[in-house]
Amino acid sequence: MVEKRLLDIRNLDSWYWPIQILHGVNMHLNEGEIVSIIGPNGAGKSTVLKNIFGLISKRKGHIFYKGKNIIKDKASDIVKKGITFVPQGRSVFPSMTVRENLELGAYIKKGDIEAEMKEIFRKFPRLKERQSQKAGLLSGGEQQMVAIGRALMLRPKLMLLDEPSLGLSPQIKKMIFEKVVDINKNEGISFMIVEQNAKISLSLSDRAYVLELGRNKLDGPGKQLLKDPKIQSIYLGGGV
Amino acid sequence: MSIVAQLIANGIIAGSIYALVALGYTMVYGILKFINFAHGEVYMLGAYFAYVLAKVYHVPIVAAFIISMILCAIVGVIIERVAYRPLRKSTRLAPLITAIALSIFLQSLALLVWGSEIRTFRTGEISKGHNILGAIVTDTQLMIIATTIVLMLLLWLFIKKTKLGKAMRATADNLEVAKLIGINTDRVIATVFAIGSALAAAGGILIGIEQNLEPTMGVTIGIKAFTATVVGGIGNIWGAVVGALLIGLVENIGIWFIPSGYKDAIAFVILVIMLIFKPSGIFGSGREEDIRAQGE
Repeated sequence: MVEKRLLDIRNLDSWYWPIQILHGVNMHLNEGEIVSIIGPNGAGKSTVLKNIFGLISKRKGHIFYKGKNIIKDKASDIVKKGITFVPQGRSVFPSMTVRENLELGAYIKKGDIEAEMKEIFRKFPRLKERQSQKAGLLSGGEQQMVAIGRALMLRPKLMLLDEPSLGLSPQIKKMIFEKVVDINKNEGISFMIVEQNAKISLSLSDRAYVLELGRNKLDGPGKQLLKDPKIQSIYLGGGV
Repeated sequence: MSIVAQLIANGIIAGSIYALVALGYTMVYGILKFINFAHGEVYMLGAYFAYVLAKVYHVPIVAAFIISMILCAIVGVIIERVAYRPLRKSTRLAPLITAIALSIFLQSLALLVWGSEIRTFRTGEISKGHNILGAIVTDTQLMIIATTIVLMLLLWLFIKKTKLGKAMRATADNLEVAKLIGINTDRVIATVFAIGSALAAAGGILIGIEQNLEPTMGVTIGIKAFTATVVGGIGNIWGAVVGALLIGLVENIGIWFIPSGYKDAIAFVILVIMLIFKPSGIFGSGREEDIRAQGE
């Protein structure tokens, strides 16, 4: 199978003025892949996702999506191109019901969304049970399901997940990641995931990038990096 | 005529007007976390626009009412665009000071254009009124209550059922995430200003018909409606309505016990008590940032 490049980041510099966060970062993602970005705090992992989604204005370099440079696009343009973003933390609309949260995922879409809604409820039966409850009253794991479900409503090509397992219990973490792999396999949606938990994310990723202080440090297939002694010592609890 | 029934009726009538104005405060606060202190002046402009249309251009009163609401919606959008949007990323104090400046500017403008004399819509005699459960209520007063109920039902339908209404609630819940799913939050904010201003205009026109008009009429109502939003829990839409009715009732029942000259002071006392003992209000979110913002 010829690999088709969906996303290609070249020489990306990015600032939170006056501090430069990313220094010439290069990354790519082929269609259908799960790619994760790992690295210590402050490495600029989330900044990469925010850049892809057009949330950072002070930057230089190229971001190609389906061969087109999207570096000048704003978030509202990016959503229309089939990329959705699940930000860090509990990013639901707390005073709105689960159903309303999901509906809003398809805000830019005109017409009927019942088929999508059904599909989300099939994937997350828990959300179906809770559809008329306020999202703010759900558990952390359920809120993360709402956020992921909301991002799925547009049937995107690529989903960006920023620390999806943050603050969740081990079982829920596992469940969320299993869903991600499931969605990736069955629907061909590509994922770019920023994750603190290197072990889980490397084991499920096709490929991964290691960032350090805003620079590319290492990259390769997830399972290979998992065995890398350097990675083991730094990120998998072998060393400090 | 029963005095208690009368005081309650007066309270509900006053509360209806406060509610129409309070909604604008609370909706804007819900999204932008700032108090638009020029909101009372939009209420005043609404009354004057309708007055000029009805008295000078002889537009039928219902049409004048609707046109004035639309004009005020436009004024609200312009205010947001010109005075507040450029300050969105500055400190919280900046839009607050701008709001106060704008309030003084609009009052002075009204004074310049329409003069300081008190005006009234009224032409004929005051109607006799109906006896409802022991209270005497005039046609105008019934109209105030009915109009308020209709406008609130429309608002409820809008924010509950329409896509833009849902986008409004989403933006109030989490502005950043609202942007991420493709909501044009600038347009949502403009809509909130338009709706809030139109409702305030309705309040101004109703009070103009019931009582009279003067360029400073927005000041006291502004503070009372602001108190209503604090009592109800600032940022909470239905809390503001409950708060407004409560203030209207307490004020009107209060003057049974204390001289009526102190009527306006009652709202201030309630405001101070609420800010000391329950700054999150009756239905407030209790979120720390909201409470802090009020302290600022």
